[in-house]
Amino acid sequence: MKPTNIADPEYFHKVVDCQYACPAHTPVPHYIRLISAGRYSDAYMVNWESNVFPGVLGRTCDRPCEPACRRDRVEDKPVAICRLKRVAADNKDDAEVLARMPEIPTQKNGRKIALIGAGPASLTVARDLMPLGYDIDLYDDQPEAGGFMLSQIPAFRLPIEVLRQEVNYILDMGVITTLDTYVDSLKKVLDVGYDAVFIGTGAPRGRDLKIPGREEADNNVHIGIDWLSSVAFEHTEKIGKKVIVLGGGNTAMDCCRTSLRLGADTVKVVVRSPKVDMKASAWEIEDAEREGVPMLENHTPKEFVVENDKLVGMKFELVRAEYDENGRRSLIPTGEPDAYIECDDVCIAIGQDNALPWIERDIGVEFGKWDLPVLNNKTFQSTHPKVFFGGDAALGPDNVITAVAHGHQAAISIHLMCEGEDVEQARPAPTTNLVSQKMGIHEWSYDSPIAHDERFAVPHEAVETTLTNRKIEVELGFDPQTAVAEAQRCLNCDMQTVFTAEKCIECDACEDICPTDSITFTQNQDDETALRQSLKAPANNTEQDLYLADGLKTGRVMVKDEDVCLHCGLCAERCPTSAWDMQKYLYQVTKATPIVAYE
Amino acid sequence: MTFIKSTFRHPELPTNELGFTRQYYEGVLSTLCAGCGHDSISAAIVMAAFEANIEPHKVAKLSGIGCSSKTPAYFLVNSHGFNTVHGRMPSVATGANMANRDLQYIGISGDGDTASIGMGQFVHATRRNLNILYIVENNGCYGLTKGQDSATADRGSHSKKGAPSPYEGIDLCALALQLGATFVARSFSGDKHQLIPLIKAALKHKGFAFIDVISPCVTFNNNPGSTKGYEHVRDHLAATNTIDFVPERKELTTEYAEGSTQQVTLHDGSVMALHKVDKNYDVSNKSAVSMSLLDYSERGEILTGLLYHDEESQDLHQSLGTTDVPLNTLKESDLCPGGDALNKLNQGLR
Ligand SMILES: Cc1cc2nc3c(=O)[nH]c(=O)nc-3n(C[C@H](O)[C@H](O)[C@H](O)COP(=O)(O)OP(=O)(O)OC[C@H]3O[C@@H](n4cnc5c(N)ncnc54)[C@H](O)[C@@H]3O)c2cc1C
Ligand SMILES: Cc1ncc(C[n+]2csc(CCOP(=O)(O)OP(=O)(O)O)c2C)c(N)n1
Ligand code: SF4
Ligand code: SF4
Ligand code: SF4
Ligand SMILES: [Mg+2]
Repeated sequence: MKPTNIADPEYFHKVVDCQYACPAHTPVPHYIRLISAGRYSDAYMVNWESNVFPGVLGRTCDRPCEPACRRDRVEDKPVAICRLKRVAADNKDDAEVLARMPEIPTQKNGRKIALIGAGPASLTVARDLMPLGYDIDLYDDQPEAGGFMLSQIPAFRLPIEVLRQEVNYILDMGVITTLDTYVDSLKKVLDVGYDAVFIGTGAPRGRDLKIPGREEADNNVHIGIDWLSSVAFEHTEKIGKKVIVLGGGNTAMDCCRTSLRLGADTVKVVVRSPKVDMKASAWEIEDAEREGVPMLENHTPKEFVVENDKLVGMKFELVRAEYDENGRRSLIPTGEPDAYIECDDVCIAIGQDNALPWIERDIGVEFGKWDLPVLNNKTFQSTHPKVFFGGDAALGPDNVITAVAHGHQAAISIHLMCEGEDVEQARPAPTTNLVSQKMGIHEWSYDSPIAHDERFAVPHEAVETTLTNRKIEVELGFDPQTAVAEAQRCLNCDMQTVFTAEKCIECDACEDICPTDSITFTQNQDDETALRQSLKAPANNTEQDLYLADGLKTGRVMVKDEDVCLHCGLCAERCPTSAWDMQKYLYQVTKATPIVAYE
Repeated sequence: MTFIKSTFRHPELPTNELGFTRQYYEGVLSTLCAGCGHDSISAAIVMAAFEANIEPHKVAKLSGIGCSSKTPAYFLVNSHGFNTVHGRMPSVATGANMANRDLQYIGISGDGDTASIGMGQFVHATRRNLNILYIVENNGCYGLTKGQDSATADRGSHSKKGAPSPYEGIDLCALALQLGATFVARSFSGDKHQLIPLIKAALKHKGFAFIDVISPCVTFNNNPGSTKGYEHVRDHLAATNTIDFVPERKELTTEYAEGSTQQVTLHDGSVMALHKVDKNYDVSNKSAVSMSLLDYSERGEILTGLLYHDEESQDLHQSLGTTDVPLNTLKESDLCPGGDALNKLNQGLR
């Protein structure tokens, strides 16, 4: 196997599992240490820099970082990364954060950008371009900016004040908003003479279910996302006593929990598939179940049953799942009699689609598979050089953090284009910084010892209380003491083990001390698979790299399996020659705007 | 300094036949200097005991005084242990062994502990062929008392702060051989590949199994000019053989080329397959082994591997015809068989 090139910025980045998994590459361990130190505003700004909505995301993020967390591999539960982010947001000093917002030039740069849709993708573009002197017009068809964060995510998961504060950090930079306005023609927008147009209109069309009885039952059948937004904007205030929610995703979870708060007595989530295949995040399912919502699996909707012009129930065919050798599922009817469930109302939450009927198909914006725009997946530029996409409108329904990541990249593209640079070739590399953390012979700048500590559960408001009012937040967040204890579980994966072969005298001390047998001095082999099996402990997780260094006197190589390294620093402490050093790696995605948050 | 070693271990650590992982054979966190050869030897003992399916509660670790003699704390934390006064480990080991023949004895000593203050003790334990694995962690100096030359320092070798040693260094392997040790080996702390199988074999040997392990003292004796530093040792190693250890009950499956491999059977039926570097070297020929040791040492080379083995070894219990069971299992009726038995005995002596 070839020696590892640790100068490649992605090598150590990948070792920071959470940061690597985060679409916006938020430097997680860095802000977790700031929280431990009680530096909440600093922790907030580190987040804000990367993900723009720390308060929102600290409550609602899809958390791709958590299943990636190293703690999950060495113990059994990841660090509660998302909940720690909220601690930073809840405890920050608002005045200090305001004071640290980037300055907006009074002398504008003369370029005008239109952003269509006021969701997280567009707002991120605004956040990155305003400090550079752009004039920005933001259009949305809703009465207030925020996109789906406002209209879809229910207030019991995301209090409106938290959202408003973070949306306003951006709007207050001087964004010109045109709300309550549906944009019905891209051509018209382009004709205004904008230097660039960013489309962040999301995936606002909820799927319907065309089965017998649908039309007759229409008064009591609701498209999930439309219904949630009409609740959010207070057009809908109640629902029937018995509610069925169709679908197994997060929208279904929000629909069922919202129904409980609008007066339903019994709410059932009914899914076609087995429960294990439900798309909703495990914690959302848990929260719904805690509130008393059962999940009925293997029920395929067959008919809306209407009596005297009123919906009275639904019929379902019972199925079981079978999987072929490729894991593909088919639902086979069991032949049992159909199930009948009484209901007054039904919410259909079985998916959403993009809806871009307002984009003329003859102005240079090409569309491809599933009617999604054809894009360069790095630059987010469409086939029309001035038109960019991001968020759910770009690649289909996903989540807030992905929309933010797209926004940052699209902002770079727009800026490069306006500067007359090549949008793809001139993109800036990430900035990286690798610094020794040695403070003394055996002292590190960070808390290196690792203990067994179980994940702390976030406290919840009592169910009886929260069900009375849809605006009462369910999760209460960690108090500072619990936050510090949870923060201690972080393994500081950004504290890299950096090896210098010329210094090594091959005493094996590091190999001997390593608690997780991550280091082996051995003969090199051409075949990585064979090498992985020949190490002190088998390196079976091929998603994690081997760090290989040659140049040792005996001709052996040093191989470190990054998989379960605890970043405990014992190898570096045991090394008599400092051939190992613990060095903090800070990887930052370069943004259009200069960075404000790090010292 | 970190005094905590995480208790997390690799989630896929293998288990041995007893169902234990390596972790069960570890000790407390070492306080020796970073890079000390002694720590590597502890790690090799952990590996060997794990691989040899040793039951830790059936092991007694004994040692004297010195950095080396501290190391029994750093391995087999679930075994018995006795830390004697300086140089007195062999007599305590002898007593323990006589009292309880069912335990497996591991003696850990240093070159100072063995070749200076404990020389008289070492000599007699060896010639009695006490059933013990006796390891000298040989760094050519008194590490614990700040690096004075020990009696194994080679003539002309000098430590970090010292003058060249004016005396001949004692070759403990040559001495052990001459005194009747029945298993004699030398190895290097930086070569676990060789050391681990040697320890496994020595644990199975019945009789005095002596391993002299060159173990650099990084702090006081790892300088250019020292013949016990990492660099010098690596440059002057000469192996007689490398070893495959095949435990009892396992079939010897590999075919070894005639002449270059010598098979050595241990008393429990385990086999050591020695891949010989020098075809003519015969580990059962005592006088030839003696000659080789001299030869290599005159050339300034360090001969390692299994140097000598006596398949006919008779340990001290056999020589003395002691009782077959540990003394603590003897009942009053065994110890005081009564007047009749005494009379019989007296009659026999008349
Ligand atoms: C019920 C539900 C719950 C969710 N919960 C979470 C969660 O907990 N965590 C998470 O990370 N993600 C969640 N999501 C997904 C998340 O909300 C979206 O992925 C994200 O908001 C997408 O951001 P965006 O910027 O692409 O667009 P959006 O947030 O969708 O914003 C687009 C905006 O553009 C407006 N618009 C559309 N077309 C036009 C037009 N022609 N003219 C003017 N305005 C227009 C829309 O009305 C909307 O306000 C949830 C989604 C739903 C449906
Ligand atoms: C009776 C007695 N004399 C002297 C000492 C001081 N002393 C402690 S350790 C030591 C030498 C140890 O050398 P060695 O056995 O080689 O161990 P190392 O530290 O080198 O591993 C001496 C002389 C002592 N502890 N007790
Ligand atoms: S930091 Fe070093 S000693 Fe600690 S787990 Fe990682 S490789 Fe092992
Ligand atoms: S502890 Fe240091 S000198 Fe010793 S083998 Fe490891 S890296 Fe090399
Ligand atoms: S003084 Fe020498 S022998 Fe003692 S611990 Fe340090 S390196 Fe090892
Ligand atoms: Mg010594």
